Amino acid sequence: MTPTLQLFLIISTALFSIGLLAALSRRHAIFILIGIELMLAAANLNFIAFWRFGPQPQPPTGVLVAIFSIAIAAAEAAVGLALVIAIYRHYRTTNVDQLDQLKG
Amino acid sequence: MSSWIVSNLWLIPAVPLAASLVILSLTNSPRSIAAALAIFGQVVALILAIVAFVPTLQTPGFRAVHNFTWFTFGDQALRIGWVLDPLAAAMMVMITLVGLCIFVFSVGYMAGDKNFTRFFAYLSFFSGAMLGVVIANSLLLLFVSWELVGLASYLLIGFWMERPSAAAAAKKAFITTRIGDLGFFLGILWLYHSSGTLLFYDQGRGCLENAGLLVIGASATFIALLIFCGAVGKSGQFPLHVWLPDAMEGPTPVSALIHAATMVAAGVFLVARVYPLFSLGAVNGVTPSLTVVVSVGVVTALMASLIALAQFDIKRILAYSTVSQLGLMMVSLGVGGVAAGIMHLIAHGFFKALLFLGAGSIIHGLHHEQDIRKMGGLRWIMPVTFFTYAIGMMNLSGVPFFFSGGWTKEEILHNTAHWPVSPLPHYLMLAGVILTALYMARQMIYVFFGSKRVVLDAHESPRIMTMSLIILSACSILFALLLTPAWPWLHAYLNGEPARVDFGSLIQPILLLSLALVAGGIAVGWLIYRNASEADPLARAQPGLFRFLENKMWFDEVYEQTVIAFCRMLSRLSDWLDRYFWDGLVRLFAGLGQAFGVLSKGFDDHGINAGVDETTSGTRGFGRLIAAAHSGQIQAYLGAIAIGMLLLLVLYAWLG
Repeated sequence: MTPTLQLFLIISTALFSIGLLAALSRRHAIFILIGIELMLAAANLNFIAFWRFGPQPQPPTGVLVAIFSIAIAAAEAAVGLALVIAIYRHYRTTNVDQLDQLKG
Repeated sequence: MSSWIVSNLWLIPAVPLAASLVILSLTNSPRSIAAALAIFGQVVALILAIVAFVPTLQTPGFRAVHNFTWFTFGDQALRIGWVLDPLAAAMMVMITLVGLCIFVFSVGYMAGDKNFTRFFAYLSFFSGAMLGVVIANSLLLLFVSWELVGLASYLLIGFWMERPSAAAAAKKAFITTRIGDLGFFLGILWLYHSSGTLLFYDQGRGCLENAGLLVIGASATFIALLIFCGAVGKSGQFPLHVWLPDAMEGPTPVSALIHAATMVAAGVFLVARVYPLFSLGAVNGVTPSLTVVVSVGVVTALMASLIALAQFDIKRILAYSTVSQLGLMMVSLGVGGVAAGIMHLIAHGFFKALLFLGAGSIIHGLHHEQDIRKMGGLRWIMPVTFFTYAIGMMNLSGVPFFFSGGWTKEEILHNTAHWPVSPLPHYLMLAGVILTALYMARQMIYVFFGSKRVVLDAHESPRIMTMSLIILSACSILFALLLTPAWPWLHAYLNGEPARVDFGSLIQPILLLSLALVAGGIAVGWLIYRNASEADPLARAQPGLFRFLENKMWFDEVYEQTVIAFCRMLSRLSDWLDRYFWDGLVRLFAGLGQAFGVLSKGFDDHGINAGVDETTSGTRGFGRLIAAAHSGQIQAYLGAIAIGMLLLLVLYAWLG
């Protein structure tokens, strides 16, 4: 079985769907963050796949963008975790069902 | 000196007017200050009048004018000015002198009145306005002063305005003279239209000078008659004489002022002033307008003397005697005796003021009793008043030699004798002389002779009042010296000729005739009224005639039934028109406006307001709906985003 673009796209779609499901269904803020990370990983996978099977598959262009993206995702995760800690300190909970201050 | 007084002639009316204003502005000033100011103003005016009199003495026929432009409109300049000539100078001296006596008398007469200061303010105003009439060299300025005189008379006749009769008399005087003034004003407009100037004398271009008269031409008759309307109103000539007897409602000094120096003299003065308009185109000294003047004068003189015979109010008798004397003056002017008319006007000014002040003294002494039937036997109680009143009576009756009124009346009779149109005025005036003597004898007998009919503690008036009486009677006697045919100084002065002495003409047939008539009149009066009691002898002999005369020939009643009834009908008609026609129109438009208002209110309420309400409530409902989607649940938002993305994906796939 040779790796094809479609295979990668299917894997990344599955990965994205798992991440989305996690982000939508879990109640704990940490799990939502993890879901978001999964979706991000799916996007990165797409990126790499399109590069690898695109018209110019030379290193390091596509990889470089993916590395940037991963760095940003790390920073984002740090911000997200900081937010979760701040929210926990404030509301004494990380259950997102109880955090409905964004309404209105 | 003479040029100074000519250019500053305006000071003569201005000083009393200023005094009046000062008194009015110091309403709370003590009485003595008000009276002193008024008398001071009058004294200054008298001195200035004498200063103005001097240059007119030096040259016979002296005439100096001072004209200036009042204002300019378009290319027409309205010019006014004043004139100093024998007519104006003589009138000024008479007005200020008589006015001064009346002012001094009023200090005593009005001593108990609560509106003492107001009275003196009005008196000063009256005198100033009349002096304005006299000096005017422009018909416009004359008219302005003329109306001021009318206003002053209104204020003074209605001085005791808390009495309804006084208020009514003031209104009557004002409105009646206004009818005449309407004609006067039309005459002024016509004169301005035809001659282009209202100045009397303007270096040959004035409307009374030859060049001006040439321009006016044939319309002079109508202009003169219209101006005469004003004189008829002011001088109480038939048919506008009705206001004059009612003017007796004013305080007695006011009556004296109105009847002697001011107001009624204005009409005669006016005719004398614009005499060239009346005599323009005269054939043998007769023009249609002068004939009208004579006719009005004759009718007035006789009618008033007859009415005077049957009056019981001491002041009313004098009022009617004024009306008849004014008629006599008009006759004199009409037959060409301008100088005689003015002489009689001046003489009349002195003795009528004397008579009125005498009547005032009697009324004052009798605690405001005016009915001659309730007097009698006053000659011992009020000796000064009696003697001065007798002098006034002699003057008015026309007793010659010592009394100025006798000489002037004789001269008027002399003039009427030579009127070419008809001898009738002459004979009627002779009859008037008898009547005058008769009613004055009647009044004297009723007031001063016989026994006291009603017990009243009568007393002689204070010195300040009798002083004026003595001065005025002295004036009226001394004045006679200037009037005799032997040395007709005033006549020559007014006509602008040098006077000459001619003792030969002292005694003339007409003099003897009038002496006989006066003596006859007084004798008949003595015979009739010698034993007069409460009931008038004439009333017993001729009750119908007497009632006719006592009720003033029913002039007021006739006017009430005709002119006033017509006016009332007219005003009722306009009232009806106003109330129903014009008011209906106004109401119609108001109704239309109201209906439109109701309509637009409904439209507002049910259209616009409802629309706005619907829109806002819809917006709010929709907003509430949308707000419900904002649950604040972050996962719901995320889900919505995911669904949206999915939908976009499906749409993209579907559209290819």
